[in-house]
Amino acid sequence: MKNLNELTIKEAKAGLKAKEFTSVELTKACLEQIIKHNQRLNAFITIVEKEALEQAAKADLLISSGQDLPLLGIPLALKDLFSTKGIKTTAASNVLRNYIPTYDATVVKKLKAAGAIIIGKTNLDAWAHGSSGENSDFGPTKNPWNIDYVPGGSSSGSAVSVASNMCLAATGTDTGGSIRLPACFNNVVGLKPTYGRVSRYGIVAMASSLDSIGHFTKTVEDSALLFNITAGSDEMDSTTLPAIPEDFTQDLEKSIKGIKIGIPKEFVTKDIDREVKSAFEKSVKVLKDMGAEIIEVSLPYTEYGTAAYYIIQPSEVSSNLARYDGIRYGKGRGSFGDEARRRIMLGTFTLSSGYYDAYYKKAMQVRTLIKKDFDDAFKKIDALISPVCPTIPWKLGEKINDPLKMYLSDVLTVTANIAGIPGLSVPAGFSNNKLPIGIQIMGKQLSEKLLFQIGSAFEKQTNYYKEKPNL
Amino acid sequence: MKYKPVMGLEVHVELKTKSKMFCGCSADYFGQKPNTHTCPVCLGLPGALPVANKTAIDWCIMIGQALSCKIANFSKFDRKNYFYPDLAKGYQISQYDQPFCQKGFILLSNGKKLGITRVHMEEDTGKLTHQGDSSLIDFNRSGVPLVEIVTEPEFENAEEVVEYLKRLQQIVRYLDVSKADMEEGNMRLEPNISLRKEGETGLPKYKVEVKNINSFRFVEKAIEFEIKRQTEILDKGELPVQETRGWNEAKSKTVSQRIKEEANDYRYFPEPDIPPVILSDFQIATLKSQMPETPSAKFERFIADFSLSAYDTEILTREKSIADYFEEAVKVGKKHNLNPKQIANHLINRSVDINSVLPAKLIETILNATQTAQIDENKLNKIIDYVLKENQKAVLDFKSGKENAIMFLIGQVMRIAKQKLDTMIIKEKLEEKIK
Repeated sequence: MKNLNELTIKEAKAGLKAKEFTSVELTKACLEQIIKHNQRLNAFITIVEKEALEQAAKADLLISSGQDLPLLGIPLALKDLFSTKGIKTTAASNVLRNYIPTYDATVVKKLKAAGAIIIGKTNLDAWAHGSSGENSDFGPTKNPWNIDYVPGGSSSGSAVSVASNMCLAATGTDTGGSIRLPACFNNVVGLKPTYGRVSRYGIVAMASSLDSIGHFTKTVEDSALLFNITAGSDEMDSTTLPAIPEDFTQDLEKSIKGIKIGIPKEFVTKDIDREVKSAFEKSVKVLKDMGAEIIEVSLPYTEYGTAAYYIIQPSEVSSNLARYDGIRYGKGRGSFGDEARRRIMLGTFTLSSGYYDAYYKKAMQVRTLIKKDFDDAFKKIDALISPVCPTIPWKLGEKINDPLKMYLSDVLTVTANIAGIPGLSVPAGFSNNKLPIGIQIMGKQLSEKLLFQIGSAFEKQTNYYKEKPNL
Repeated sequence: MKYKPVMGLEVHVELKTKSKMFCGCSADYFGQKPNTHTCPVCLGLPGALPVANKTAIDWCIMIGQALSCKIANFSKFDRKNYFYPDLAKGYQISQYDQPFCQKGFILLSNGKKLGITRVHMEEDTGKLTHQGDSSLIDFNRSGVPLVEIVTEPEFENAEEVVEYLKRLQQIVRYLDVSKADMEEGNMRLEPNISLRKEGETGLPKYKVEVKNINSFRFVEKAIEFEIKRQTEILDKGELPVQETRGWNEAKSKTVSQRIKEEANDYRYFPEPDIPPVILSDFQIATLKSQMPETPSAKFERFIADFSLSAYDTEILTREKSIADYFEEAVKVGKKHNLNPKQIANHLINRSVDINSVLPAKLIETILNATQTAQIDENKLNKIIDYVLKENQKAVLDFKSGKENAIMFLIGQVMRIAKQKLDTMIIKEKLEEKIK
């Protein structure tokens, strides 16, 4: 018998409904796990114990009165970029260390309305700038599989909180891989939705044209369940796409026989770690054995992805961080950490007159070409698969002084953000030293349901997701 | 040395939409308690996103159409990045290279087509108040929709500038999209002024921008002051400094505010939070068809439909409320055989208070004063012909310059008609026939 905090959303929902346990018990189990392990893993910045238990008690009342909401009584964690009314939202930066929002982000509102219990705010690379979780002004998050290693970033705390059973699921943001990478490094499922499919309203912006709002779950099914709540247009975010009512769990049991899955040859190069490559090749074989048709495709502009990303993203960052001018949030611009300063300077430079055409404009042209790459590929295939990261998790401190090397860990994830397409990161095995490895499944815009179908089939066949870190 | 002024104008017009440009807060900030018309969006709180106000965009396009601009099928918002404490987000959402409207003009009374470079949409900033050592910020105005209208550097004197401003103010008031009140700050103007030698055609090497002007009278004074100031500098063989100056009304002069060494780098880039605005030709045409009549169209229509003089029409169309009143009165007057000219004369000469006298009441007043309604046109003509035939001497007197003779003839007409008639009409008819 599993401990309550180890349950998936689906399992917990069934248990709550059958009155096997209460939401208060479930929430307490999660809080106890946090208290036990957070000091070591540093996954949470803020824990809202009292409010969470109050909400859980309310949920129990509703359950006993026969109410049924999709997430009623389910404890979730939020990346500390999601504005929460009355609860500190720090972006893991000293600049917002004491900032308490006056409003809830749209996604937070939706989760609350669906009955979810918010148990805390998770750690991240400050302002979501980073791939390792080490850029937090609240200290780095540790990888629960081996605390000497990075958990991946920027949604480090959310991935770790799910992997170490501190909550049933957690939200994240993915601007260049910030959900898929830590999901991969922690052996959990991470969804980066289509750009505009989930509202960005109320989530501290990193790079507005790239930010995707997603989540971490223990299974693909849970990911689809949660997406049923978060997806949809929002009148407060004019970049959201028109809502198409869909049940994302619909095709989870469907066979993947005959589905055409492409392997972009530019993604699987000699720069990929041997262990990552072999896990990937094994995954391809699994999918092939299940009846998927594997086709090699070419995305020729992939090699310019990181370069374009590191122009567009800092440009938008430099503008988005301008509001923290030292007048209203208590802390001056001197409180920004090194990585934020680096991006503010880079972006200010690339947008300057005389440089704009050579950098920003050029990068936007590359962006169009990368989109076209994907459009062309999706004419021939239904989905793409690739490794998530060229390497397995690295040691804390290993790349912290080499920003370029750190940036290159996003090389396989950034193009999905540039093109605005969805990507699902699922567990795909382990390295010799028992660190997780993942693969990502990408599809054309709004194809999340297909990604869940493929991911779910793969997950059931491989069962990697069942392995848990030894805390 | 003789110089010719080269002047252009930037005018900001605040729209009177119900809500702000990018959020649902009330845009009616004037005189309100500070920071009561605010929300996460106009305060620029972390995570808040702008959603463009459709009415404001429609109105901006209407202004552009009224100024004969080309309306873009594709346009977008851009971020203008700069620091100022009253700028909540650290950037202003504006339009850079693809504004809604471009290349229009306003026709001045001297026949000159004053070129309009562009009309674009942006948001207002908050307001700073300085008290002793501290400064206070009121964000009620933050995010109120602003339309910026930029002209070509084609003004040659202050009169042209003032006429342009009056016409522009008249247009936006006609469209009913702004109060365009200079004192309340819903209409703000910044002339840029420089001089070149007579006969030269290129743009001068410098440009002086003048701010803080809150009345048409001051703009005239500021321009005249600048022309004099710059002439003196040029006469000494020097070049005026490129700078921003402010109008100081108390001293009746402009004073230097900020010297521009080079153009500010606002690091414009497309606003990623707002999708581009795409308008089909049909949508643009629809907007145009829904647009209230412009002052110039009304002017032409009045002359054509009511056979009024240009002078009278100008007075009647200066304000939309008067023009509307007049048209209403004409409608009522028609039932009583009152012609538009009579109504116009009465309205112009008797300074009628249109807010307290209903148009129907006005017609009644005119009728009582003249009682001409009963007389048939043919009958009147016959009487006049008779009077002219019977009073040859008076006719000759009038022809030889005795103006009073006409009054005698009018009296004769009235006597025979046995009615009190409108002397103006009889006078006109008599004069016509004598000629």
